[in-house]
Order: sequence, then structure tokens, then C-alpha cells
Amino acid sequence: MTLISSLATFGRYCLFMKRVFAIPDRWSQFGKRTLQEVHKLGIDSIPLVLIISLFIGAVITIQMELNTTSPLIPAYSTGLATRDIVLLEFSNSILCLILAGKVGSNIASEIGTMRVTEQIDALDIMGINSANFLVLPKIVGFVAFMPVLVTFCMLMSMLGGFGVALFTDIITVTKYTYGITAYFTEWYVWYGLIKSLVFAFIIASTASFFGYTVKGGALEVGKSSTDGVVASSIFILLFDVILTKLLLQ
Amino acid sequence: MIEVKNLTKSFDGRTVLHGIDATFYTGKTNLIIGQSGSGKTVLIKSLVGLLTPDEGEILFDGRNLLSMNREEVASLRKEIGMLFQGSALFDSETVLGNVMFPLQMFTRQSRAEMRERAMFCLERVNLKGAENKYPAEISGGMQKRVAIARAIALNPRYLFCDEPNSGLDPKTSILIDELLSDITHEYNITTVINTHDMNSVLGIGENIIFINQGHREWVGDMSQIYTTANEALNNFVFATRLFQEVREYVAEHGTIDKNKK
Repeated sequence: MTLISSLATFGRYCLFMKRVFAIPDRWSQFGKRTLQEVHKLGIDSIPLVLIISLFIGAVITIQMELNTTSPLIPAYSTGLATRDIVLLEFSNSILCLILAGKVGSNIASEIGTMRVTEQIDALDIMGINSANFLVLPKIVGFVAFMPVLVTFCMLMSMLGGFGVALFTDIITVTKYTYGITAYFTEWYVWYGLIKSLVFAFIIASTASFFGYTVKGGALEVGKSSTDGVVASSIFILLFDVILTKLLLQ
Repeated sequence: MIEVKNLTKSFDGRTVLHGIDATFYTGKTNLIIGQSGSGKTVLIKSLVGLLTPDEGEILFDGRNLLSMNREEVASLRKEIGMLFQGSALFDSETVLGNVMFPLQMFTRQSRAEMRERAMFCLERVNLKGAENKYPAEISGGMQKRVAIARAIALNPRYLFCDEPNSGLDPKTSILIDELLSDITHEYNITTVINTHDMNSVLGIGENIIFINQGHREWVGDMSQIYTTANEALNNFVFATRLFQEVREYVAEHGTIDKNKK
């Protein structure tokens, strides 16, 4: 029964996406709304990304250094491990799980409120494809801006580790900077960016679907927001495994 | 004119509308009345295409909504204005932005022309001066008037109103009723109003359709309603002591207009 229900929901999601990816009624409106979404979903997320990245980068560095004190492990390992953890997993998967909470709940509650207050019905009655009008700018705006957030996250995390080296005696600056430049693989950066684009699409589209299909009142809007975040997080983890297998093997 | 023929709609095996036949006339305020849960919201949502009926025909000046393809429906919807129960204004837009919205989406006018048209519509609903406010900053009655201005911005041929007086005080309700009636006559549009407000029924009901438990029970106008023998309609319209006294007065004097004896 759960399987059939899940398949039915997935079918509705696919039909919803078909409506979303139609040609916009007015390109000027689409462009204007996309820029608004870039600001709301992307630029407004920068402070959160910077703060989290700075502290997590610092914590990873401290923990790596304190837990790998062995003469068998090379001196550069802390910097190298910090860099690779950030590039391979933190700056994309973990960051997107965090953004699923912030951006996903924002999208689901906004669209859900528009649904229960009949604003979406008003668009439909005017002859506007409401799914396309409301959701496509969110998906395009967030996916387009995600590489910027990921890049900020990568740089800020490294800076967090550098701060530990600079202001504490846990690790020296020379040892840390040598570590983060040693055995650098450029593909890891691209791998992180590619994954983040897929995750951004998952967050924006899943949250929009849950918001758009809400029925009822304020309680249901809150529930749809939570469901959107939970579903986005599960799909991010699932696609993390799939993309890692495809891109790194 | 909108004609409805044998309209039937069910939800999960429960029939909500039983073969409704009705005609909504151009240049008249057409009222759909009935108790809560009688099916009138389902009827108006079917008329505007938000719900798909199981059977029947909905003819907009001879064009059947239910046999139209997607492009034809989209084209028809540009001729429709709708006023929702909760106004359904876009929270992120100002009053002016809300009224300009349909113009931005469906016309090639310059920004100055759109602004001029939007200001004209706002003036028509007596809201000049409120154009830069957001919906959350204005009263419920003002929100309804903004919604009316948005609904008439594209000069619609058909105007649908779902309980336009809900949540409003009696004085504001009368203002909204008079505005809808004036706009209907001024622009010669087919206005369909879904209401259970008795002041509206007795004030602007030029063509009244009474729905009871999903059936069309009675059709007439506001003058005929005083003398109807339909028990369900009498129980519904004259439920309060005040309206019972109004009916008794009309029965005695023939009119409630004190100038006409």
C-alpha cells in the first residue's frame, strides 16, 4: 500500500514538473521573478553558509589534528583531510541538507500559503500556468546560484581551518597550508559543484511540489513544509550515493 | 450569457450537484444562494473551470467550456474576472501591483499605460491614494475592492464573485454590493455572485438561483422572493425575525419603498 501510494505521489510529481517546465507566458516576468528568487533563496543564504562553513572548517581541522597524532601519519594529513572532506562532502551534501531546511521550508510554506489563500486559484483563473509562473523561477534561480554558495562554503571552511592554525597552537600555519595544497585533485571541486546542482534542483522542486499540492489551512501548510524538508533530505542522501558512485568510481 | 445544462458533480461517490440547469444573464447581477454545504461553491468553481463536472454543459455565449481544448480555455479565462472569498491578493505586490498584474501578463501596453488603467480601476472602486500600500496594510473591505479592481482591469465579459461579503460589516457589504451592481450595469457584463448574505439577495438579486442539497430548487428575482411558496427558500431567506418582519411589511404594503404606496 505504501509502495503504491509512493508511486502515485511520484507520478503526481512528474506531472507537476511537466507543468513547471513549460515555456513561460511572459519572458520579462520570468526574468524579473528569477532575479527576485536569486536574491531571496541565494543571496539571503550567504550569511548562513559563511558562518556554518567557518565553524565547521575549524572544527574539522581541530578534530583531525587531535585524532591523528601518530608518527606513521604524515604531517600534512590534517590539512589534506580537511580539504578533501570539505570538497567531497561538506560543501555540497551537508550544506544542501542544511539549505533544505532553510530554503525548502521557505519555498513550501510560501507556495502552500498561496494555495490555501486562493492566490494560486486566482492565477489559474486568469489563464496563467501557475506551476510554471511560481516554481520555475525558484528552481532556475536556486540552481543557478548554488555554485556560488558552494564556492563560498569551500573557501570559508578552509579559512576556518586556517584560523585554527593562526590563532591556536593545535597546528602550525605551515603544516596546515602545506596540507591543503598537497595532492590537490581539481576534479573534486567539479564533483562537488555537479552534486550541488542536482541537490539544488531536488530542494527547490520537492519543496515546491509539497507546497503546491497542500490542501486545508495553516496546519497543513506547516505539515507540507516539514514533509518537503524531510523528502528533500532523503532524496539528497539517496542521490549522494548514486552520484558518488557515478562520478568518483 | 452563461447557460448551465444538467451539471452534475460528485466527490468520492457523493453527488454534490444533481443535474443543475441555470441561466446567468448579461448585464444582470445573477446570484447563487443556498445554505453552507448546499453545493454553490462547487457550482461556481465548476463554472470557472477550477473543478471539472462529471456531466453537463457550461456555455459561455454558446461556447461549451467542457469541450474546449487547453488553448481555448486559456483564451476564455482572459475574459473572466474573479473575486475570491478571501480576496486572494498577491501579498508580495502593492495594491497597484496587484491591479497591474493581469495587464502585465496579457497586454502589450507600456508601463505608463498599464499604470493609467490600474489607477482608473482603483478610482472606480474608490481606492485612489491606497496604491502604494500592501494588502496586509489595508482593511478587509479595501482588499475586496482591490480584488474587484484587479478583476475588472482587463474589461472582463464575465465576473464571478465567491461570497464577496464574507467577513465584512453590513455597511461595507452594502458598498461592495452596490459596486458590483454598478459595474455590472455600467460595463454590461455577466456577473455571477455566490452568497448567503440576505442583504445582497434582497438588494441586488436581479436573477436568483436557489440551490438546496445540490438541486436547483428555485429561480426568480428579489421581488418574487417575498411571495414564494417554496418552503426551503422561505426557511433560508427569512430565517431571522428581521427578515420575517420585512416580508410581512411587503405583504401588507406591496413594497418596502416608503415613497411608493
